[in-house]
Amino acid sequence: MMAEENTGVSVPELGKTVEERPKWDNKVQYLLTCIGFAVGLGNVWRFPYLCQTYGGGAFLIPYFIALIFEGIPLLHMELAIGQRLRQGSIGVWNSISPFLGGVGIGSLIVSFLVALFYNTILAWVLWYFFHSFQDPLPWRDCPLNQNKTGYIEECAKSTPVNYFWYRETLNVTPNITDSGDVQWWVVICLASAWGIVYICFIRGIETIGKAVYITATFPYLVLTIFLIRALTLPGATEGLVYLFTPKVQVLKDPKVWLDAATQIFFSLSLAFGGLIAFSSYNPQKNDCERDAVIVGMINSATSIYASIPIFAILGFKATSNYNDCLDGNILSITNAFNIGDQNVTRENYDSWLKHLNTTHSQEIEDLHLKHCSIQEFLDQSASGTGLAFVVFTEAVIKMPGSQVWAVLFFVMLFSLGLSSMFGNLEGILTPLLDLHVVPKWLPKEAFTGLICLISFFFALIFTMGSGNYWLEIFNSYVGSLPLLIIAFFEIIGVVYIYGIGRFSDDIEWMTGRRPNLYWQVTWRVISPGMLLIVFLAYITVQVQQPATYEAWNPNYVCILL
Amino acid sequence: MLARVLLALSLVPALALALCQPDGQDAYKVRLSIKTALGANAYEWNESEQFLFRATLAFAMRKYTGQETFNVSSVIVCDETPRVSFWFVVTNPNDTATLIPKNAVEEAIRLSRNRINSAFLLSDKTLQFLGIPPTLAPPSQPSLPVWLIVFGVVMGIVTTGILALIISGFIQRKKKDIEDEDEEEKQEGIMENGISCETLEGKEGVNNGAYSHDEDRLTQL
Repeated sequence: MMAEENTGVSVPELGKTVEERPKWDNKVQYLLTCIGFAVGLGNVWRFPYLCQTYGGGAFLIPYFIALIFEGIPLLHMELAIGQRLRQGSIGVWNSISPFLGGVGIGSLIVSFLVALFYNTILAWVLWYFFHSFQDPLPWRDCPLNQNKTGYIEECAKSTPVNYFWYRETLNVTPNITDSGDVQWWVVICLASAWGIVYICFIRGIETIGKAVYITATFPYLVLTIFLIRALTLPGATEGLVYLFTPKVQVLKDPKVWLDAATQIFFSLSLAFGGLIAFSSYNPQKNDCERDAVIVGMINSATSIYASIPIFAILGFKATSNYNDCLDGNILSITNAFNIGDQNVTRENYDSWLKHLNTTHSQEIEDLHLKHCSIQEFLDQSASGTGLAFVVFTEAVIKMPGSQVWAVLFFVMLFSLGLSSMFGNLEGILTPLLDLHVVPKWLPKEAFTGLICLISFFFALIFTMGSGNYWLEIFNSYVGSLPLLIIAFFEIIGVVYIYGIGRFSDDIEWMTGRRPNLYWQVTWRVISPGMLLIVFLAYITVQVQQPATYEAWNPNYVCILL
Repeated sequence: MLARVLLALSLVPALALALCQPDGQDAYKVRLSIKTALGANAYEWNESEQFLFRATLAFAMRKYTGQETFNVSSVIVCDETPRVSFWFVVTNPNDTATLIPKNAVEEAIRLSRNRINSAFLLSDKTLQFLGIPPTLAPPSQPSLPVWLIVFGVVMGIVTTGILALIISGFIQRKKKDIEDEDEEEKQEGIMENGISCETLEGKEGVNNGAYSHDEDRLTQL
């Protein structure tokens, strides 16, 4: 029992010599920061792709099951443990058991490595943003070759959009062993990306909390604008129908369930230590259960909301490409048979073709008409950087007022990524601050600056010619398996080492109600079980295929045997 | 006499036809896409339009060679199709039996391509001379790349922001240091046995928040 009354000697409060832990200005800041961390680039360019690949509307079933049985329980656990123990990831796991300290260090390292490549993606987004102010957009046309007689060969063999991405942006080498030079333009974009991150991160959550008012809300505004615009484009309905048509038989494939579970897990940014750091700045009497459910639901809702304009625009692009294909064929036929101009239209093309096939089948064959199928164009989807920098940019040049849409799109991508970067960096900063690694005389601004500077220098590896390949490797191997392992040990640590009884007591003390049966069952059995199954399945799938990466080789010669 | 004149007259168009052959060595094929270019305002392709074409081509030859002897009759057209496409050749005005070589015709058309296009309200794509590729428009290169300007603006804002935040943080810390010093001066005198109370209190040990929150559980007396 603590002695409450004063002994008569005025004792200086301990709080004067120890710096008070920073705290959020209000609950909204905290929620927006968590939502911003969870909602990132993956919601825009990974979820729609998965939805489309795995049977459209049917994918939502494994997705929501994974959310309810894996995502939200883990999220609640992280927020609760950070809020209770009021420390970053290393401090929290060390408090639970010194043997679990490695989990915290693992989180720290993963946060650092992910921060390196994630900000490089933001640097590329900035590059495209800077170039979106030109008229016409630089990825619309191929540049002319040296003697101005035609287009550059590499561009003519592929598309202007691909050329702009692989040659003018990345200047990519044919394979990863060929490093190439450091590309100065990517370096200065990387410097500006880290500069912008630093300006928001400079005083930790004090500045992050102000920045998230914009970075977490702006993407929703842009998505709504895109939604309204996209739905008015021709071909939008084809894209949406394609996306949401449920193909229920896909659910028999176990790979669908595995991808749903991994997608939920990575989408919520679990095991980075960032969520633990954010909740550690909360007052202890805070309803973390409600926070977890809110963040989880909003993250998934955002994914679904984002896929609507994305697919409407992809449908528009597919329709455009299909019309171009048809027009090419129509022109060939019109020229070959000297039919009157505009007599063959898109509508009567099929009947003309049938008629000509019966009368002049040999000439038709010689024309080598392209087979135009809108289904084929719709299938040409992509995820990741391919979606943003190749597919979407191609769609944007076909929309009237391309510059506006390009600027809006890239600013949206940037703020999505920026708010996720805050979580990554807090996952680095908070544990280091709690470990008291930082000397007292070093101001916080200098320490955050040092973190940004060191990360910038390490990230220069991604600015080389082969940088894109390195980034793909980091993306596939750093941001996947280690997180699964860390999360597994997190939940085992909390449930079985810290003790679920003690944990439930903590939560009752913090929120006022004891966690109910759903939480008990998921924490004890279902979530660790799911994590273990996902981990084993992931390894099994990885081991079965040789490790490959996609390379861009302009000198590739296709040899047909 | 009359018979000879008639014979000669009938031979001329025959000769003309013989000169203009599709796939001939000095012949060019022309293709017009009037409806594609003009849509509702498309005009009908008839004999008069053909006349205009031959006149324009004669003009192009005059401009290129500088000889003002080229006439509408120098340009012979054949193999017209409903596509609107046809072949044409240009005869030498001095010797109507010979043709102007292909290169010369190509250069002449290239020189006056713009004038020929505008005479028909068409463009390079809709008035095609097969075998004569259109000259590609050089891309407009501004003196300073636009993206560097935007980059400069963004970096300027970022740098000023960082400096402002660092300086304001510095000033805040200075103010807090002065305040703290004032507070400490007031409370320096608390000593016990020569050791200040603060160091004594610090020897309580480290409070592990994970396991020692018993004070919250027990009701306070």
